[in-house]
Amino acid sequence: MRFNRWVAIFVLVIFSAAILLSGCGQKQAATTTGENVIKVGVIAPLSGDVKTFGESVKNGVDLAVSELKDGKLGNFKIEVIPGDDRNDPKEATNLATKLITEDKVSAIIGAVTSKCSIPVSQLAQQYKVLMITPTSTAEKVTLDENGKRKDYVFRVCFIDPFQGTVAAKFALNDLQAKTAAVLYDQGNDYTVGLSEVFKKDFEAGGGKIVASESYTNQDTDFSAILSKIAPKNPDVLYLPDYYQKVSLIAKQARDKGIKAVFLGGDGWDSPSIDQAAMNGGYFTNHYSVEDPRPQVQDWVKKYQAKYGKRPDSFATLGYEAAQVLFKAIETTNSGDPTKLRDAIQNMTIEAVTAKISFDKNGNPVKPLAIIQYKDNKQVFVKKMTP
Amino acid sequence: MESFIQQVINGLQLGLMYALIALGYTMVYGTIGLINFAHGDVFMIGAFVGYLGYSSWGLPWPVAIIVSMAVCAALGVIIERIAYRPLRYAPKIAALISAIGVSFFLEYGSSLKFIFGPDYRVVQRPFRSITWNLGGVSITNIQVVIMAVVIIFLLFLLFLVFKTKIGAAMRTVSFDHDAARLMGVDVDKTISFTFAIGSALAAVGGVLYAIAYPQIYPFMGIMPGLKAFTAAVLGGIGQIPGAVLGSLIMGQVETMTAAYISSQLRDAIAFAILILVLLIRPSGILGRSQQEKI
Repeated sequence: MRFNRWVAIFVLVIFSAAILLSGCGQKQAATTTGENVIKVGVIAPLSGDVKTFGESVKNGVDLAVSELKDGKLGNFKIEVIPGDDRNDPKEATNLATKLITEDKVSAIIGAVTSKCSIPVSQLAQQYKVLMITPTSTAEKVTLDENGKRKDYVFRVCFIDPFQGTVAAKFALNDLQAKTAAVLYDQGNDYTVGLSEVFKKDFEAGGGKIVASESYTNQDTDFSAILSKIAPKNPDVLYLPDYYQKVSLIAKQARDKGIKAVFLGGDGWDSPSIDQAAMNGGYFTNHYSVEDPRPQVQDWVKKYQAKYGKRPDSFATLGYEAAQVLFKAIETTNSGDPTKLRDAIQNMTIEAVTAKISFDKNGNPVKPLAIIQYKDNKQVFVKKMTP
Repeated sequence: MESFIQQVINGLQLGLMYALIALGYTMVYGTIGLINFAHGDVFMIGAFVGYLGYSSWGLPWPVAIIVSMAVCAALGVIIERIAYRPLRYAPKIAALISAIGVSFFLEYGSSLKFIFGPDYRVVQRPFRSITWNLGGVSITNIQVVIMAVVIIFLLFLLFLVFKTKIGAAMRTVSFDHDAARLMGVDVDKTISFTFAIGSALAAVGGVLYAIAYPQIYPFMGIMPGLKAFTAAVLGGIGQIPGAVLGSLIMGQVETMTAAYISSQLRDAIAFAILILVLLIRPSGILGRSQQEKI
């Protein structure tokens, strides 16, 4: 009995402490809204199957914020509200709704993967809140079902067709490939989009697609489809999926005796990829840390000093998204999403990876980088435009 | 022809893997008539413990498998003691719901940062993979190891169930709890033992699965668990040879569907088989309907 009473008192103390603490938090929030504050939501997968993507984006944004003088831009204090979407579109929608309707953010940086960004972009457009996705490459993020532009939505990365086109061109011209096989996740817009464009352009350029196979996100055993591909002996195996899936496929492909060069997209850019399995493979990416451009080298140094590792493209694009947003806030000296939108549409900015401006669909105009995994590290091959 | 043989080998590997999990379902169902939905998650825990065993704790991999078996056997016994035994004479649906609860508990519990964490991990294999080419058919040493380990454990299980005293007790309990008790069989102990054996086999399956498909995460048990359950039903749930037969069929069906029809239809066909079996022959291929006691 006595034991139970102590437990009850203990629980009470904990609860009241929690209530007191959360009360304090609210009070603080109230005082900051007294000044001029621009709230910026960040939506990224901070846990789950692509968590390194989200962590990097958040690091990039945090670094950009830490460079502001007193955390201020003009008259405005910048307040960042991060959230974890776990790479789940439902969770991303909930987060976006909360950020827009409860926190009243002016802008959202995010989401990271296309499948989360598409529903978020619909909400942003509906509530007229500015959205800049750092890394979502699907066309449908800035365009709606009818191909009409969602004019509050921008991105700072290239789009899928661009990646597929460049990958096909690289395979044909640089790798001298004659035949290619494609494997993609039928339930993921990103991999479907990339593989379709790659197939079209590779065949248009005179190559031959010897196999095109799909799988589902749940699959772990690829032996059946890989055994089917092996005797066709393709020069290139195009694997446009995220790092955890391609690690698994690549290992099994080598087990099945497939000697093709692996080729992929920006989903490969992660320290958690199985680099030994990917050895010799090339992928199209937003930038390379070895790019001699001074802004890139500067950025790499800054990032390394703060986080102790080299920035992957997700960190870089997170930073660029914040750069674009902050420049818009600075020039308009306002947190009004409509003014910010107009400023970004007409902006030319010397960002980290290139000098960028935005086309009529909210996409940046800039080249991409080809990178190779070689002996457990990334090697910069070249920059390409389609 | 070579490619067909190749696919048969692929299917055999997958089927044997399912067999290790399906045995746990079928043994538990045979003794207490419960579908242990947490079984796929015990498989996941087995994979994690085995992987941590040979990577972080530096054990040789056969020892890691044994450690993982021990941990999962204990886990299985604890699950039965806490979540199923108090409900043994309650309506069947109560125990079933409890099983689903345990399953979620294990999945989300191990997703916590301080347990295993929610992330996908790349598994480094404990030995180098070697591929042999036998007349156009490629076989890896991993496949050989998996098949050998699975077959050893299957033979061991058959010996245990049909040739030992505890096996006789298990078979007795599966006929009738009260009658078994009258014959002097300790029913509780026998059921605990059944859970221990089933979970230990799931652990072996988990470790081998992680070596064959080198990636682990807390929800990895769901799909293999469902497929193995389907296999157990297909072969006749409650029947040990049935579980093995059902699993081998499932492995072949999945592989052949992906290889010769379409990889998109793989899961659809696998589960269509479950529905068909339940409609046409609810007791499964090797099941005898008079032994059913639902």
